[in-house]
Amino acid sequence: MTKPNYVVQLKELEKLSVLSPDGEIINQEAMPDLDDNQLKELMRRMVFTRVWDQRAISLQRQGRLGFYAPVSGQEASMVASQFVLEKEDFVVPGYRDMPQIYWHGYPMYQTFLYSKGHQHGGQVPEGVNALMPQIIIGAQIIQAAGIAMGFKRKGQKNVVITYTGDGGSSQGDFYEGLNFAGAFNLPVIFVVQNNGYAISTPVSKQTKAESIAQKAVAAGIRGVQVDGMDALAVAKVVQEAAEIARNGGGATLIEAITYRYGPHSMSGDDPTKYRDKEEEEKWKEKDPIIRMRKFLQAKNLWTEEDEEKTMEEARKTVAEEIKKAESVENMTIAGLLDSMFEHTPPNLERQKKEFS
Amino acid sequence: MAKMNMKEAITDALRIELARDEKVMVFGEDVGHVGGVFRATAGLQKEFGEERVFDTPLAESGICGLAVGLGVQGFRPVAEIQFVGFIFEALDSIVVQAARMRYRSGGRYNSPIVFRTPFGMGVRAPELHSDPLEGILAQSPGIKVVIPSNPYDAKGLLIASIRDNDPVFFMEHLNLYHMARQEVPEGEYVIELGKANVVREGSDVTIITYGNMVHTSMKAAQELEKEGIQVEVIDLRTVSPIDTETIIESVKKTNRAIVVQEAQKSSGVAAEVVAQINEYAILHLEAPVLRIAAPDTVTGFPMIEKEWVPTPERIIKGVKEVIEF
Repeated sequence: MTKPNYVVQLKELEKLSVLSPDGEIINQEAMPDLDDNQLKELMRRMVFTRVWDQRAISLQRQGRLGFYAPVSGQEASMVASQFVLEKEDFVVPGYRDMPQIYWHGYPMYQTFLYSKGHQHGGQVPEGVNALMPQIIIGAQIIQAAGIAMGFKRKGQKNVVITYTGDGGSSQGDFYEGLNFAGAFNLPVIFVVQNNGYAISTPVSKQTKAESIAQKAVAAGIRGVQVDGMDALAVAKVVQEAAEIARNGGGATLIEAITYRYGPHSMSGDDPTKYRDKEEEEKWKEKDPIIRMRKFLQAKNLWTEEDEEKTMEEARKTVAEEIKKAESVENMTIAGLLDSMFEHTPPNLERQKKEFS
Repeated sequence: MAKMNMKEAITDALRIELARDEKVMVFGEDVGHVGGVFRATAGLQKEFGEERVFDTPLAESGICGLAVGLGVQGFRPVAEIQFVGFIFEALDSIVVQAARMRYRSGGRYNSPIVFRTPFGMGVRAPELHSDPLEGILAQSPGIKVVIPSNPYDAKGLLIASIRDNDPVFFMEHLNLYHMARQEVPEGEYVIELGKANVVREGSDVTIITYGNMVHTSMKAAQELEKEGIQVEVIDLRTVSPIDTETIIESVKKTNRAIVVQEAQKSSGVAAEVVAQINEYAILHLEAPVLRIAAPDTVTGFPMIEKEWVPTPERIIKGVKEVIEF
């Protein structure tokens, strides 16, 4: 009689990569379904996003923005994961995930207003299927499951994508969201952008699990790990996950291994206190934009002029959008009171008078 | 008209709304197949199917967060929290996410959700099953808090809550579920949220109360009548927002008031009522406004809960104090 296999054992995981750091295809079979124009557009968006990030940091230092969480280093996991979705799919972001909602249709000036602390910053335009950024780490995970259940009940073949970080994967809501998605077989993609640190706490102190992707196993959903600085690999795993979800196959947890070059936020975090230069340099060698540039240049799909043009366009857009944000009228207390309920109750009506 | 207890009236309201609006969904722990631990959702899954009435995993934050996501999609979730103390697990989903959705999105999204939960002392439930936590919710902007005191009100208030486009925290007192049956109209009717009900008219003193304490206060009022004291009793029905107008009108008539609540004394609904009387009717008062409430301890243990909650005797004593002031 053989010994029963009663101890859970996970096989060692190997993250998916498509591009080498030198921009060479190392896994042809895993190439995402993207044509040359789409590849160029994906590159354009990543370059644009990097410039936007640099400009936003500068605007924040000038006091023209409020809370801001830098994104450089994470462009592949952010931009490529949204890029392969459809407009009717739903994006449920954490606070760092401004690029995803922007590329999904959320106006940039509103992301600036969100940063500045203006209500209009959360007023998602009609026709844009996204939530405003979530501040409570993990709360978006279970909401994403609810939105996905909505699609399913309506019989729509759309998916929900939601984002958190390595720190977020420790939250109870994270597990509850995964578990609900599994129990109800919901069309949702959970992306954990594992950038190594939750503010200063390294992922090694976050969990003893060998991967965050394996947390999918406990919820009975698919889990994958991907090189989060490889736009093509990210595009591939999200395409796969979306197709499975659209066809009734349920949820996927994607762990994207990445790195944020900047601080956690512009509100006083100093990364030199918890990580060294050497580590930062090592990650920069894997830069998602350099990789993609080399790949596209070798295919004669991307030129220095394309890059220049994109950077210029980004600078111009940011300049226009911050101006637009700065020209929006400030809120009024009466207006805020009126935005609490569909019908303002008498007690709030009385308070409006106190502030008029 | 049909005779119903409060539990049956709640089931009736849910059935009417499930039938009327296909966007209504009812879910929570054990609410589907067995129809809830108090059978308040009995038969609904069979009638409306598992897509609309269903059991969830055992996770309160998950249940309430799921409701928030469904609300974004235009559904009208009625999420049941099996017992009131379990809302602590879900406070983020309720008071941070649902209650702020309209405000944070500038009206783009809303949370047309009813969070139903049993609560209330008197049935010797284990700890955290019966805590009067309405004050915590009432203090949270963006969510209405409704507490019915009888079958008729429960049905009309629940229908109104489900139709409301903002979140409502709907608290069902355990002592009242199986209270004597009452005539309840068949079919739909609504009781406007935010409106109190004068359940007993009187000229000497006003008792402002809600939930099970309406019945305790009525007992006190009947005793006091024997001594010639005419007590007016106001059932708030909605504890957030509070119906200031009805309270003030009554206090202007009686010039004396006490507030009776089952919850601990400090910083709760009663404190808010006293503050409003102070703000809008202080010159009409002949005596300080008293609060008759539970002591500021952690919720009373089952073996002493009958003394922990306000009794008719304590209410009578309080009324006499303000009369004799």
